[in-house]
Amino acid sequence: MSPRDRTGPRDRTGPRDRTGPRDRTDSGAGMGSAPATVLSVRDLHVEIGGSRILQGVTFDTAPGGVTALLGRNGVGKTTTVRAVLGLLPDGGRITGGAVTLDGADVTAEPTHRTVRRGIGYAPEDRGVFTRLTVAENLALAERPGGAHHYDLVHDLFPELLARRAQLAGTLSGGQQQMVAIARTLLNDNRLVIADEPTKGLAPRVVTEVAEVLERAAARVPLLLVEQNLAVVRRLATHAAVLDAGRVVHGGDAASLLADRELTTGLLGVGSRAPSGRASAPRGDDVLGGAH
Amino acid sequence: MDTLVLLTLTGLGLGALYFLIASGLALIFGLMDVLNFAHGAFLTVSAYAAWQVLDSVGGMPGLLLALLVGTSTGLLLAVVVEFALIRRLYGRPRDQILVTVGLSLAIPALVQSAWSADARSFPVPDALDGTVTLAGAQVPVNRLVLIAGAVLVLVGVQLFLTRTRYGLIVRAGVEDRAMVTALGVDVTRAFTLVFALGGALAGLAGVLGGLYFGSVSPHQGTSLLIFAFVVVIIGGLHSMPGVALSALTVGLTQQYANYYLGGYGDLAVVVLLALVVLARPTGSGTSPVDRIRRRLESPRAAPVESVLPTGGTP
Repeated sequence: MSPRDRTGPRDRTGPRDRTGPRDRTDSGAGMGSAPATVLSVRDLHVEIGGSRILQGVTFDTAPGGVTALLGRNGVGKTTTVRAVLGLLPDGGRITGGAVTLDGADVTAEPTHRTVRRGIGYAPEDRGVFTRLTVAENLALAERPGGAHHYDLVHDLFPELLARRAQLAGTLSGGQQQMVAIARTLLNDNRLVIADEPTKGLAPRVVTEVAEVLERAAARVPLLLVEQNLAVVRRLATHAAVLDAGRVVHGGDAASLLADRELTTGLLGVGSRAPSGRASAPRGDDVLGGAH
Repeated sequence: MDTLVLLTLTGLGLGALYFLIASGLALIFGLMDVLNFAHGAFLTVSAYAAWQVLDSVGGMPGLLLALLVGTSTGLLLAVVVEFALIRRLYGRPRDQILVTVGLSLAIPALVQSAWSADARSFPVPDALDGTVTLAGAQVPVNRLVLIAGAVLVLVGVQLFLTRTRYGLIVRAGVEDRAMVTALGVDVTRAFTLVFALGGALAGLAGVLGGLYFGSVSPHQGTSLLIFAFVVVIIGGLHSMPGVALSALTVGLTQQYANYYLGGYGDLAVVVLLALVVLARPTGSGTSPVDRIRRRLESPRAAPVESVLPTGGTP
């Protein structure tokens, strides 16, 4: 049975609130649509430069907890996130499907309007403006008309307060990632999307980022694209696995990560059986490459 | 010595004129990725509007009114062009170039048909028509006016960029426009504002260019635009003082070469440009040349990997 044919375990209630994506494959029915779903992606098709990158992605994010978007390199995780936000590169376009946020169709909406509905986005490359100071990076993220939670940001990232006048380009990779995450927490958001937030970071910094994300997830639902399986194991309450531009498995993250056959077949790793969600991230526990 | 002083101040005046044109050009290209070849045409129309006013009113009151009318003309023209044409062509760099090149040809032709191809004498007020003695050199006052105007513009643009939210958006947008929108910022408003500001600066340059040259002609703006592009390529997009320094370097090089090398000022500027482009490391993705190259690559013809900005997993 190929990974695409797999049907994952049903969604179960775990130690935390687990009201996320229900189990379905990409057969077309999607992963269900719980009434409180924040982000809903239905049968999303995307072409870039004439190549079909997404071929019917369907999943939901839960109103709480962390939904992990998983898969090997090149399966379409970042493209999915970019399509949700309307940030496809030149030559890229959505050719089918729908994206809804709190029930509103945002498929063809300009990026800034979708974001203003309540999305915080920390992109794969961090998206920090290197020629602006830390304070200016944060100020740019302020949305007019809403509260700006500098107290929370400074509580989570005291180092940023000390470095507020420093050019972001002179920060370390970990510090830049903190700026990127801080921007997502500055406003009242309905959802935070973090695309590979631990990529390229030292193991100690990975742990720090995971801790911050864990605290952030207590305040706002998180859609996490992540290659570091230890981080996924620590944070994720729900998971959707992509393969070849489709969601091939969805449901409870703990069940997925406990299933050696699933993780080997879908993610390309020989996963250890989880010994609890608080396991420390390990830099070498990463998902497999493109196949 | 007095010749060197005169050449230097005249070169600085010319550099100031280049800066006024290049500053708007750099803002527009930096934020919007639009190579605005119509920028020189904005200058030309503004210069003729100012000439009409000065011709009617005259004197210093006429010049002040001409400054207002010329700057407003450039601003309005830019807003109309951005709203009617450029806004529909974002993400289509080749079409943008075709449209702005078309405007750069059509507008001077219209001006020429309205006022003939002959240069028109710009009625410089008496107070600005003379010379002052500086370090033994008789320096035309209009050079000093241009230098003062450029300094004021530099200070004003710097304050706009560093003290206002739109300035913050522009500085961030020059670096990563998509990320600015991903923070919930509507950059199209900033686009219109920057295009309008660029047009106003071109208009101001048109009026002060009339003072500098003592005349206006249909193709004056187009001729100056070439040097403004050189200034932008040398000075980069990330720093207005960098653009100013580049403009002064180009102005001085042109002036010195014209005098000491027997009229080879334009060639000296081209050599300077070539040296800078060759010496500058390529591939950083942030230099104007890299930006132009990237914009002109056809995204539809490019492989998938190369059109993904992050270079990571698609």
